[in-house]
Amino acid sequence: MPALEGKVALITGAARGQGRSHAVRLAAEGADIIAIDICAQIESVPYPLARPADLEQTAAEVRALGGRIVTAHADVRSQAELRAAVDAAVGQLGRLDIVCANAGIHSSAPAHEMPEQAWQDLIDVNLTGVWLTCKVAVPHIIAGGRGGVVIVTASVAGHKPYATISHYVAAKHGLIGLTKTLAQELAPHGIRVNAVSPTQVDTDMIQNDMIYRLFVPGAERPTREQFAEASQATNLLPVPWVEPSDVSDAVAFLAGDGARFITGVSLPVDAGVLAK
Amino acid sequence: MSTSTTSAGRLAGKVAFITGAARGQGRSHALRLAREGADIIAIDLCGPLPTVGYPLSTPDDLAMTVDLVEELDRRIVAAPADVRDLASLERALADGVAELGRLDIVCANAGILSSGSLADLTEEAWREMIDINLSGVWRTCRAAIPHLIAGGRGGSIVLTSSVAGLKSYPNIAHYVSAKHGVTGLMRTLAVELARHRIRVNSVHPTQVDTDMIQNDVMYRLFCPDSENPTKEEFAAASRATGLLPVDWVEAIDVSNAVLFLASEDARYITGTALAIDAGALIS
Repeated sequence: MPALEGKVALITGAARGQGRSHAVRLAAEGADIIAIDICAQIESVPYPLARPADLEQTAAEVRALGGRIVTAHADVRSQAELRAAVDAAVGQLGRLDIVCANAGIHSSAPAHEMPEQAWQDLIDVNLTGVWLTCKVAVPHIIAGGRGGVVIVTASVAGHKPYATISHYVAAKHGLIGLTKTLAQELAPHGIRVNAVSPTQVDTDMIQNDMIYRLFVPGAERPTREQFAEASQATNLLPVPWVEPSDVSDAVAFLAGDGARFITGVSLPVDAGVLAK
Repeated sequence: MSTSTTSAGRLAGKVAFITGAARGQGRSHALRLAREGADIIAIDLCGPLPTVGYPLSTPDDLAMTVDLVEELDRRIVAAPADVRDLASLERALADGVAELGRLDIVCANAGILSSGSLADLTEEAWREMIDINLSGVWRTCRAAIPHLIAGGRGGSIVLTSSVAGLKSYPNIAHYVSAKHGVTGLMRTLAVELARHRIRVNSVHPTQVDTDMIQNDVMYRLFCPDSENPTKEEFAAASRATGLLPVDWVEAIDVSNAVLFLASEDARYITGTALAIDAGALIS
């Protein structure tokens, strides 16, 4: 029997990238999926966010594995939108066991030149959005009385700094604190709370001009190849980035009973960045 | 240089900007730095907040800080300002720097406390906390750093985090998240500003004997099983979080750490999280 047969997993930011990968991976392990994404642009984000067709593609890939999936457009900054989406989906699928608070955005500027809207949007999505996801979803896990798992997508930036992304580093450090606090609060309910902390992951969030310029500040028009070289230099292992499936492997491990006594940790999927 | 103990003081000729300066740790920092020769730019909200369950500072408190600094023969420019309002910080700094001539030291100290489990904590309380204890620290730096850079003499920024910026405590997820975020902000600013010889560090106190902890909200957080927890019950519970046999630390203990980090004694210390915690982090 697949490891997650009969379980239901909620994933935010599920339209593409790591979120879609988690959805497909957990579905392959037997879980039914609740897939949420904003599927709209946020103005301070300098690369295209997911579109409705992306979320449809996630749904198609989950169904191709024989899994059930409920999708919804919702903004993690809105408790009302999240609550409506999650309550309806849990009603449809009957329970909730696993939460992947994965939705996140990226932008860049030195801290003392950063537009206030860029700071605010990033803190709202990457930090407050994770708390709101937990606030809305965890009562469903508690109501099930069977325990469960929350997996927060942090980052190596939750453990070390990077210039020109002070908001991202602050939000991700905040998520490490939130993960440990929720692990304390929810342990009596048999709910484990952990974080995954990836290095650069090969998704649309990093394969864009903003990130290329962040990593290759000297170049006029940095290429993917130049970025790959600079990105690889941050890692110990000789790879430029990890794949979404690598993070999904860590998520699947933390979601499964193999990790039944693991809570309050941050699991790096970082090609050695934090040991460097 | 590392043993500068002239009668003029270790911060003679310098100007320090302090948020949350009306009372508590902020006032203590103002007096400690002034005693070492610094002039002070002091701001505080001086008013109540919807989700904070204990009295916040008043204009009279800020006026008292002004009196106490002036008694030390130092200059001080004080104004009510809100760390949630970038423009109010920029105005206070522009006025202060115009009058005092420069800026060298920033103490991003303003902060609040509230509590609640995941189920009980309201979105309003979460957002007010993040907006003040995390985004307010960034706005303070956003407003102050251009003055430090323009001075061309380097500088020292000290962010007030908490032991909760390095470890977790139940029922204050928003406070722990904000204070962890401040640790990340400190590290990032240290990386960004080193080339300007601006050092950025954080202080991480355990419970400090101020109005922020001597109140019913804190007593109930530490003594959840008591109906009407007393100061004595809180003291015992607070003492149990540390290793040294003290109930809490005093504001001056944090101010001494801030002074060290602000002074030339710490001239090559940047990106450091300094705990003033009576051993709480290793207990």
